[in-house]
Amino acid sequence: MSGVLRISSALAWRNLWRNRRRTAIMLAAISVGAWAMIFLTALTQGMVNEMIRDGLSVLPGHVQVHHPDYRDDPSIANLIPVADGELEDRFDAAGFQDWSTRIRVPAVISSERETRGVTLLGIDPARERNFTFVDLETLDGRFLDGTEDRGIVIGRKLADTLETRTGKRVVVMSQDPDNELADRGFRVIGVYRANLPSYEEQFVLIGKRTAQQFLNVDDRVTEAIAIGDDFREVEPVLQEVRALMHGDPVTVNAWWDLDTYLGAMLPMMDGFVLVWVIVIFLALSFGLVNTLVMSVFERVREIGVMLALGMRPSAIRWQIVVESMLLLVFGLVIGNTLSFASTYAIRDGIDVSIVAEGMEMMGASARLVPDLTVDNVVLANVVVLVLGFFASLSPAWRASRYDPIEAITTVQ
Amino acid sequence: MTAVRCVDLSKTYRQGDQEIRALDHVSIDIDAGDFVCLSAPSGGGKTTLLNAIGGLDRPDSGEIYIAGERIDTLSKAELAELRLHRIGFVFQAYNLIPVLTARENVEFVMQVQGVGPAERRRQAEQILEEVGLEGMGERRPAEMSGGQQQRVAVARAIVSKPALVLADEPTANLDSTTSDELIDLFTRLNRHHGTTFIIATHDRRVMGYARRLVKMLDGRIVDDIRQHAA
Ligand SMILES: Nc1ncnc2c1ncn2[C@@H]1O[C@H](COP(=O)(O)OP(=O)(O)OP(=O)(O)O)[C@@H](O)[C@H]1O
Ligand SMILES: [Mg+2]
Repeated sequence: MSGVLRISSALAWRNLWRNRRRTAIMLAAISVGAWAMIFLTALTQGMVNEMIRDGLSVLPGHVQVHHPDYRDDPSIANLIPVADGELEDRFDAAGFQDWSTRIRVPAVISSERETRGVTLLGIDPARERNFTFVDLETLDGRFLDGTEDRGIVIGRKLADTLETRTGKRVVVMSQDPDNELADRGFRVIGVYRANLPSYEEQFVLIGKRTAQQFLNVDDRVTEAIAIGDDFREVEPVLQEVRALMHGDPVTVNAWWDLDTYLGAMLPMMDGFVLVWVIVIFLALSFGLVNTLVMSVFERVREIGVMLALGMRPSAIRWQIVVESMLLLVFGLVIGNTLSFASTYAIRDGIDVSIVAEGMEMMGASARLVPDLTVDNVVLANVVVLVLGFFASLSPAWRASRYDPIEAITTVQ
Repeated sequence: MTAVRCVDLSKTYRQGDQEIRALDHVSIDIDAGDFVCLSAPSGGGKTTLLNAIGGLDRPDSGEIYIAGERIDTLSKAELAELRLHRIGFVFQAYNLIPVLTARENVEFVMQVQGVGPAERRRQAEQILEEVGLEGMGERRPAEMSGGQQQRVAVARAIVSKPALVLADEPTANLDSTTSDELIDLFTRLNRHHGTTFIIATHDRRVMGYARRLVKMLDGRIVDDIRQHAA
């Protein structure tokens, strides 16, 4: 560093110590601002993660396989053109964290009093136990105990609407692949609760084999899903499933293609973080610029002396910018430390069940585990430093434009 | 050789309806190595003339040459360069940098010039000794008396041995002993290094040392006397 830069930096440093109260207030503001940016972002990220994880674990999984026409017409006519036994063998051999094959078709369910449209799921309960939206602990009755179970499990909301309950019978109607009506009576063996009330209304579950018989589709399914380690890193799973299904006329999709609502969450979250960080920065920048302007104003005279002695205006600008950057860097160090500390303190999550009523509507769980991502931390710090640099340019510019004579003769 | 040449300098300040002629057609040549005192009653135009010569202030009209180079047409950056390397300033008020110690204030110009730290320190300590501030190098301006601060300002102006020193009332806050020592230092620098001095002063003792005494009144030069230095 040249002599000029060094003396300018030294002057910047000492000037911070000159008005300690002001420096301390500014540092506190920057620290709290950075903390608010980073910690609250971590909380929100945690909430979004939970929403997506919940949403994905429920039905879509990370990657899905369908008949090419299934998405436009999710009916039993559009079966995966590979035998289920074969599918199961392939997926089992691939070593995914979790996988399943199932039947999912629209159906109508009737009690003696009411009739409702629902989505009928024919599942292998042993496979889906890990990632079903059915809360097994609060289940009234029992869950399916195999693919050939002859009972049906329905949601609490639906049970209320149908005015039915465990032990009663209902009739399910749907179509078979030849567009013939298929109907069959089931005994309600379980009434489940789910995080999302809408699930309780929409989904009814029966055994996979039972569904195949009922719908006349010997050893076939409508979808196969695979779940990897991390919902943000789906690409490897996607590749793997594509390889498994190579040569078969099927479509393979990642979860964000299938659930556009959840798929929109991640980019929306990124956008939200950026806006949030910038909004806090704007509030901060008023304080920062004001502090710099004040401190420059108090130094008119010595800035004049430096100019008169032959220091270049650019060195004066450097001095003010360094002063601002020092404030920001120290504020950020404290703010980051606070954020890490508070994230660590609640690393196991905080119980938000008091406010969870509302959040569950959106698919969030009652436990909030903060997620401090490198991306978000870097973003917050970079925004503060880069925008802070630009914010300090105007006071710096002002200081460097003083007329030395006027500055020197200014009585202070 | 001519160190400073001013040709027909005028500078007018407006104060409401009033026009103040701070410089009124001033022309003067100052030889390199000369020791000149500018004397005038308060408001006579001394500071205005020194500031113009030092390139801190632009005259309304006229020309200024330093060592043959015209400076009143230079850019701000060029003027800064000129002041940094060729002119030492002692301002009328002390104008030290409050966050720097006495020694750092003295080193300031050298540091901006790019002189290395060891050399800076050596020169700064030597000059502080010469102005009688031995052992005070680590004090900040607020911890020194007016006279001590003034001596730091003088030390800062002469430490890098500029060819031209412009001093505005350098002895105003000093007792007679200290101001004698200071003038002594000026004359030594003048003799050994050929430094040209232009000193604005009311102080008769300082005038006594001058080889040339220029008297001003209301922005005009009214007398120009060559005398034998005491
Ligand atoms: N910025 C200014 N605005 C208006 N008038 C000014 C300004 N600077 C100087 N003057 C006027 O110009 C005249 C010359 O001022 P100058 O400072 O050169 O005098 P001086 O000889 O240095 O006086 P002193 O011995 O009191 O320092 C004075 O009348 C002063 O009031
Ligand atoms: Mg004056």
